[in-house]
Amino acid sequence: MKILFPFFAVILLVLLAVVGVKGANLHFLFGVVVPYAAVFTFIIGVIYRVLKWAKSPVPFSIATTCGQQKTLPWIKQNKLENPSSTLHVIGRMALEVLLFRSLFRNIKGELKDSSRLIYGSDKWLWLAGIAFHYSFLIVLLRHIRLFAEPTPSYLHLLETFDGFLQIGAPRLFMTGVILLAAVTFLFLRRLYIPQVRYISLSADYFPLFLIIGIATTGILMRYFLKTDIVGVKELTMGLVSLSPVIPKGVGAIFYVHLFLVSILFAYFPFSKLMHMGGVFLSPTRNLTGNSREYRRINPWNYPVKVHTYEEYEEEFRDKMKMAEIPVEKE
Amino acid sequence: MYDTGKIIFGIVIFVLFATFPFYSNIGKVSAKPEPKLDTPVIQQLAEKKCVESKEFMKVEHMQLLNEWRDSAIREGRRVYINSEGKEFKISLQNTCMNCHSNKKEFCDKCHNYAAVKPYCWTCHIEPKEKQL
Repeated sequence: MKILFPFFAVILLVLLAVVGVKGANLHFLFGVVVPYAAVFTFIIGVIYRVLKWAKSPVPFSIATTCGQQKTLPWIKQNKLENPSSTLHVIGRMALEVLLFRSLFRNIKGELKDSSRLIYGSDKWLWLAGIAFHYSFLIVLLRHIRLFAEPTPSYLHLLETFDGFLQIGAPRLFMTGVILLAAVTFLFLRRLYIPQVRYISLSADYFPLFLIIGIATTGILMRYFLKTDIVGVKELTMGLVSLSPVIPKGVGAIFYVHLFLVSILFAYFPFSKLMHMGGVFLSPTRNLTGNSREYRRINPWNYPVKVHTYEEYEEEFRDKMKMAEIPVEKE
Repeated sequence: MYDTGKIIFGIVIFVLFATFPFYSNIGKVSAKPEPKLDTPVIQQLAEKKCVESKEFMKVEHMQLLNEWRDSAIREGRRVYINSEGKEFKISLQNTCMNCHSNKKEFCDKCHNYAAVKPYCWTCHIEPKEKQL
C-alpha cells in the first residue's frame, strides 16, 4: 500500500497530462498555468518553511559531535567534528552539504554466526546519494539552455564534458543515465533492506517515483520519441519572459515531462525534499560545540526565584554556628 | 525570528537562484529561428525534397547523419536508399551540403537557438561561405 499508492499516483499524473493534452487539448493549462502555479508555490512555499523554522528557538547546543571538544591547550581539538568557531562550522557545513559527510559515516550492523553483531562500513548509500544529487544538479543546469538566449558558453563546456563519450546522436549525456541508475538504486534499497522498508512511507516513495518518471520522460524525449526542441524553447522562453506562447508540433511527451516537473516543484515545500533548505538549518550540524564555554539561556524561561548560598548563610548563620557548621563569613 | 541576518541572506540566495531564468531575460527579445532554404541549388530543384520527408528530417536528421557516418566510414557502404526507394550517395559534403550550402543560415540557425554543438566539423571541413 505504501508503495502502490504513490506508484499509481505518478501513473495517474502521467495519464492526466496525456489525456489533458491529447484528448482535451488543454495545452495552455499544462504548458502555462500549471508551470506558473508550480514555480510560485515552490518559491513562496520554501520561503514560508524556512521562516517557520527560523522562528523556532534553539535554546541548547545540540550539535552532534564525534571528536574532541576545545579544551585545555595541550589536548588537540577536532575542529571539523567539534567546531568551536564560525569558521570551523562553515568547514563542517561545507563538507556536509557538498560531500554528504554524515552519509559517508553510514555503517551497517550484521549478525555473524547468528550471535556476533558486527558493524562495517557501508558506503553504497553515500555513493548513490552523491551520484544522484550531482547528476541532478548537472541535468538541472543543462536545462538553462532552454531559458537563456543566447546560451552562455559555460553550458557548452558542461555539455561537452557530459557527452564526451560521443555515443549516438543526439549525444548521450552521462548524467541522465547516472541519475536514473542512482535513483533506481535508492528505490531498490528501500525495498530490499527490511529495516529501511519498514520505516519507508508513501512520502518516501512518491518523490522517488516522481523523479524516476521525470528522468524517464526526459530520456525518452531526447533519444527515442523526439520532440520539436525549437518549439520547446519557444514555450520555455515565453514562460520566463512572461509572454507565454503555445507553439504547434510539440509532442505530448514534453507536456508529460513538464507536468511531472511542475508537480515536483509544487510538492517540494510540503515534503521531505525540503532537506535542501533544512540541511543548512539543522542545529545538530550548524551549532558550535561550545556548550561548556558559553551558557545558553532558554528564551522562554520565566524568572526563577533563587536563594543563593550567600543569602542562605546570611539567614541561618547563627543556627549554623550553634550546630558547629563551618561558615564562610564570620 | 532568530538569526535574522543569516536567514534573510539564505532566502535572498535561494530567490536569486530560483528566479534566475526570469530576471536574466528581462528586456531581451528572442525570435524563433527560421532556417533558410533559398540556396541556388535548392531553387533549381524540380521537386524541393530532402532525402526523407521534412517531418522526419526535422527530428531524426542527427540520427540519420550518425547512421550515414557509420555506414560510409566504418562499413564502406556509400549508398542510401530512402523510404521511397530512391538512391542517394552517402556524403555530408557532397550530398547534404550540396543543397544546404548555407550552413550559417540553415544548420546554425536552430543549433545555436537550441544550444546544440554537433561535432560534424571536427572532421569535416566547414564550408566557406560567401560574405553577403
